[in-house]
Amino acid sequence: MERSQLHVKSENIRQRAEAESFFLDHSSKQQKELTSKKRDEFEDILEERRLSSDLRYAMKCYTPVIYKGLSPCKPNAIKSAVLQSEQVQYVIKQLAKEMGESPDIIQEEATEILDEMGHRMQLGAVRFFAFTLSKIFKQLFQRVCVNEEGMQRLQHAIQEHPVVLLPSHRSYVDFLMLSYLLYTYDLALPVIAAGIGKYVFNNVFRIQRIDFLGMKIVGELLRRAGAFFMRRSFGGNRLYWAVFAEYVKTMLRSGYAPIEFFLEGTRSRTAKTLTPKFGLLSIVMEPFFKSEVFDTYLVPISISYERILEESLYAYELLGVPKPKESTSGLLKARRILSDNFGTIHIYVGQPVSLRTLASGRINRCPYNLVPRHLPQKPSEDIQEFVTDVAYKMELLQIENMVLSPWVLVAAVLLQNLPAMEFELLIEKTLWLKGLTQTFGGFIEWPDNLCAKKAVLSGLTLHSNIAGLVDGHVVLNDKGVEDGAVGEIVFRRALAVLMCATYRNQLLNVFVRPALVAVALQMAPSFRKEEVYSCFSFLRDVFSDEFIFFPGISLKDFEEGCFLLTKCDAIQTSQQEIYPTDKGSGAVSFLSAMFRPFVEGYQEMKEAFAEKQFIPAVRNFVFQLLEKGSTQCYEALSSDMQKNALSALVQLGAVKKKKMPNGFTYNVNQEAVSKILDMFDSLALF
Amino acid sequence: MAAAAGEAAGGGGGSPSSARRRLRIISGHLRGSPRAPGRGALSPSPCKAQGGSAGPASGSIPKKRQELLKWNGWGYNDSKFIFNKKGQAEFTGKRYRLGGMVLPTFKEWIEKTFGASLEHKTTSRASLNVNDVPPSIVNEEFLQDLRATKISYSQDAEDRVFRAHGHCLHEIFVLREGMFKRIPDIVVWPVCHEDVVKIVELACKHNLCIIPFGGGTSVSSALECPEEEKRMIISLDTSQMNRILWIDEKNLTACVEAGIVGQDLEKQLAESGFCTGHEPDSMEFSSLGGWVATRASGMKKNIYGNIEDLVIHIKMVTPRGIVEKNCQVPRMSTGPDIHHFIMGSEGTLGVVTEVTIKIRPVPEYQKYGSVVFPNFERGVACLREVAKQRCAPASIRLVDNAQFQFGHALKPQVASIFTSFLDGLKKFYITKFKGFDPNILCVATLLFEGDREKVLQHEKQVYDIATKFGGLAAGEDNGQRGYMLTFVIAYLRDLGLDYYVIGESFETSVPWDRVLDLCRNVKERIVRECKEKGVQFAPLSTCRVTQTYDAGACVYFYFAFNYRGISDPIHVYEQIERAAREEILANGGSLSHHHGVGKLRKRWMKESISDVGLGMLRSVKEYVDPNNIFGNKNLL
Repeated sequence: MERSQLHVKSENIRQRAEAESFFLDHSSKQQKELTSKKRDEFEDILEERRLSSDLRYAMKCYTPVIYKGLSPCKPNAIKSAVLQSEQVQYVIKQLAKEMGESPDIIQEEATEILDEMGHRMQLGAVRFFAFTLSKIFKQLFQRVCVNEEGMQRLQHAIQEHPVVLLPSHRSYVDFLMLSYLLYTYDLALPVIAAGIGKYVFNNVFRIQRIDFLGMKIVGELLRRAGAFFMRRSFGGNRLYWAVFAEYVKTMLRSGYAPIEFFLEGTRSRTAKTLTPKFGLLSIVMEPFFKSEVFDTYLVPISISYERILEESLYAYELLGVPKPKESTSGLLKARRILSDNFGTIHIYVGQPVSLRTLASGRINRCPYNLVPRHLPQKPSEDIQEFVTDVAYKMELLQIENMVLSPWVLVAAVLLQNLPAMEFELLIEKTLWLKGLTQTFGGFIEWPDNLCAKKAVLSGLTLHSNIAGLVDGHVVLNDKGVEDGAVGEIVFRRALAVLMCATYRNQLLNVFVRPALVAVALQMAPSFRKEEVYSCFSFLRDVFSDEFIFFPGISLKDFEEGCFLLTKCDAIQTSQQEIYPTDKGSGAVSFLSAMFRPFVEGYQEMKEAFAEKQFIPAVRNFVFQLLEKGSTQCYEALSSDMQKNALSALVQLGAVKKKKMPNGFTYNVNQEAVSKILDMFDSLALF
Repeated sequence: MAAAAGEAAGGGGGSPSSARRRLRIISGHLRGSPRAPGRGALSPSPCKAQGGSAGPASGSIPKKRQELLKWNGWGYNDSKFIFNKKGQAEFTGKRYRLGGMVLPTFKEWIEKTFGASLEHKTTSRASLNVNDVPPSIVNEEFLQDLRATKISYSQDAEDRVFRAHGHCLHEIFVLREGMFKRIPDIVVWPVCHEDVVKIVELACKHNLCIIPFGGGTSVSSALECPEEEKRMIISLDTSQMNRILWIDEKNLTACVEAGIVGQDLEKQLAESGFCTGHEPDSMEFSSLGGWVATRASGMKKNIYGNIEDLVIHIKMVTPRGIVEKNCQVPRMSTGPDIHHFIMGSEGTLGVVTEVTIKIRPVPEYQKYGSVVFPNFERGVACLREVAKQRCAPASIRLVDNAQFQFGHALKPQVASIFTSFLDGLKKFYITKFKGFDPNILCVATLLFEGDREKVLQHEKQVYDIATKFGGLAAGEDNGQRGYMLTFVIAYLRDLGLDYYVIGESFETSVPWDRVLDLCRNVKERIVRECKEKGVQFAPLSTCRVTQTYDAGACVYFYFAFNYRGISDPIHVYEQIERAAREEILANGGSLSHHHGVGKLRKRWMKESISDVGLGMLRSVKEYVDPNNIFGNKNLL
């Protein structure tokens, strides 16, 4: 008996290893083809809009291609199908029994839930949007560039199997833009699972979310253009969950329209990709697991903004200053924004990924055959692991095709040279960084023949609110520094730094593996490979919420980092050792400087936690340090970093999270925290 | 007495049937008396024609099968699809309703469906090349002992090759273009239970391998000899044990030797006014023993039941001895039913020699019917409702659109302008007036049996249900043609093979709520796999729901593709078939509804019945046949 269990276990391990190797296939391939990676050409969709009538465009004959197995139906038919479904009826009966209420009442409740979230797609609203968005986008953006081949692949995919669109989330513009894009290319408009974020669910951070439904008119219009809404938190509400899940699945099964949602769950305020949420992903995967559809396509979409519409709002938010509530009238006031220039948007529609292919050899669908399919089933560990892996894989695919503008490079260089930097030096450094980024496989959109000076200048012009040219020096734009209290100065400066960091952060996804190797090199007591690796793995664990790492493949990531560093001659490796070359010391120190804010920030926070000070106390703690001038790490003020650091500590077991009736409390394991601090202290040496 | 009955059953064809019937009744009564049952093994009853080369009974299939049946394809030598001089398809022979008829639209259908062309033809070897046949491994001592028993045997190459295979695609392909690596070394023809006992004893004595052979219609590689088998392989052909031993009209049972083929069994029972009602599609050639050994299912199971419902008593010879029950009762509670070790054992435990089977009076009235549905979903919903109300006719089948079109292509040339006008009118009514899309609609075929009055009543009930699901009655003729096609469709593969088209059918059973998903996904999987494997023309991938049960249905798939441009078509074909089976299992379908496991589907047995389940079966095998005399390696 024991032996057979053992056998099963080793079998599991083997399978897991196989699965990993499968998943990694892509990243190891990536290693080989980093620079030679072929990406599609971009096409500017606004160009035509500037030349021809928006009205005619809005009224064009719109006959999107549809899923081959689709039996046409109206939104209302879907709603009633959801209500009558065995799944929802089952939960209704269960709840009725448990609460001793009549099923009719609960059914009524379910109807209300459905009405609250349901979309009512109408062509009229779509056309209205097509018209107004054309006007607005032309005002806001210089160009909206799309890879047309991606759109063609998407068109095929939509006809073949149900499609799930997984865009990156940096701005509210994301889903407006995506729907607009699909309309332009005559594709079925997606139904969008957007959050209703009126619940401040994390009283620790007190980040206020935009009340989406509060924007009544816009909300209604969005519904008619196909958006549907889910509450961000419906923790224990089984009815809500059942109705919502069934609604999504019904649309998916029928191939009604592509389903769109954001793996990141919310807009990333820092432009770093957020760690994925799994709930919606596992819902859209279920029809495949239960064999209700043959396959499902997951389409990663990378939307990159040269300048993010909400950049300053985000910075305020990260600093914990409540931002004005975004109501309809607020949006109208935002008209001022319309006169501003937000540069170019790049939308890269990735290769549709077949869920069937991902699952093949890894997921055994047979266990689903032993229970009626309408019964809610807790996903097995295998499935949960699979969903997690897929979520990370899709985010890594998003990252791969994010476009980096020259300004991103400028921001990265600038942040290492505060408070001011000579313009010529900045250009030189930027060019150098461009080379490095390309070696690392970054997707830089640098127009051919555009000289570095012009590129940097145009970046500075577009982002004049962040930095500017003063007497041949580039300085951060932190107005009001002269005439404020110390606190005010710190705040202003932090604001500018955080805004600038938002752009540098776009580079981090590409740099994180080699850079952490570089940091580890400086941390490790010797150049011995194992020691460097153990530091790398420590950093990787600590930053697991900060950056996107595919779960459980620390060694692969390490090897990739080493490979890239070797490629740019920054390090040399022998059998046992890894050491920096003389030539590469510049790169190594640049890389570690690039990630220093995170290292320092975490260190400070850990000190704060060690003294049992939690957010928002951490903020005050850091604030004081900054005021005293004993640190220059403004980014430690970012609530995003504080949150990630805390959750890393929880994961590392240094802090225990306890659920209390009014939120969470944290218990600190002093020993573990000081151990982590020790690790960081070794870094302070450089 | 049993011998007398046997003689009567098998004897001269000209004697008046009433006399024979009476004789059988008498013998049945005698056997039915309390002294008789189950004692056969202890007091060996005389076997009629001991070792005689002239068989005891002349069934439809001769001892030299190749005289009547194709050696490298399905069915009778004289029945096949050909393209005549005008390039039109035609079915030869007079055995089937389709015989001698021209099928004007068939050629176009083949070209359109498979991208096949009449100009590209492959040719099978004209005849078996005896020199290619692996030499016979001979155990001389056994041969001496065998000669002493006077049991008929043959070491002739043709006889041996004929029994080396079933009708899987790869087996037929080997016959046409290659040779099996291992075939039986000798064929023996026992004529009665006692002969089988002797053969099994000899095989045990000399440690040889026995592979029982009934009708040879296996589609699970069950008859293929394991290549690594070094012992002499005896093909035990049961075809000469084909007598009805007795008929018991009081209890409505008949005791029959296991080698009888379906058509003979029904023909002979009909002479006494009875039938078993067990009609698997292969019933012309498959044998009673084979049905038991594979857990067969018949088309009309809704009235008569599947083999497990029909069998009352089984006698099986195993290396351990004879296994049988001591009574012939409808049901007993004596631990797990030993019949269920035997049914589906696929020749791994022993040879079934005699079976007592339920019989029914031949039905007074039979009526075909058909219903057109706007789409497959509606059709399945209707079948489900029919099953729910438990009013399924003797047979109810639903073919998908591709198969509907296929059936249409096999429509013979119409005799008169009037019929063609009527056909046109019908088509107009269904497609234009009722708005059915001819590329989506599907058809259910029905067969009612019983008292005339009840049949008509039943028919109305079923048609009423069909109407609720948007079905339109489409006439008896369509229904009847549908069932006729079942018998001739097997011949089509041989035609396809001549034109680079290979194909196969496979089946499964599935719960009702998964029928649609399974059909769609499996068909899609086949198409996708073909594409991935470099099949240039989209395959034919079609299904039908052939049986309904309370809790689910049996689904049958046909799958064929044009293999031009593919160097190893059989390998590609097998990969695709395997993928399709995995898809079936993932979609909640069973490994097999009635074809059995054989060697073709063995790899999935563990996941199908769990480790422990497999161990249970293994331990039975180990007890019954410790030396693996029945070494065909099926199932386990």
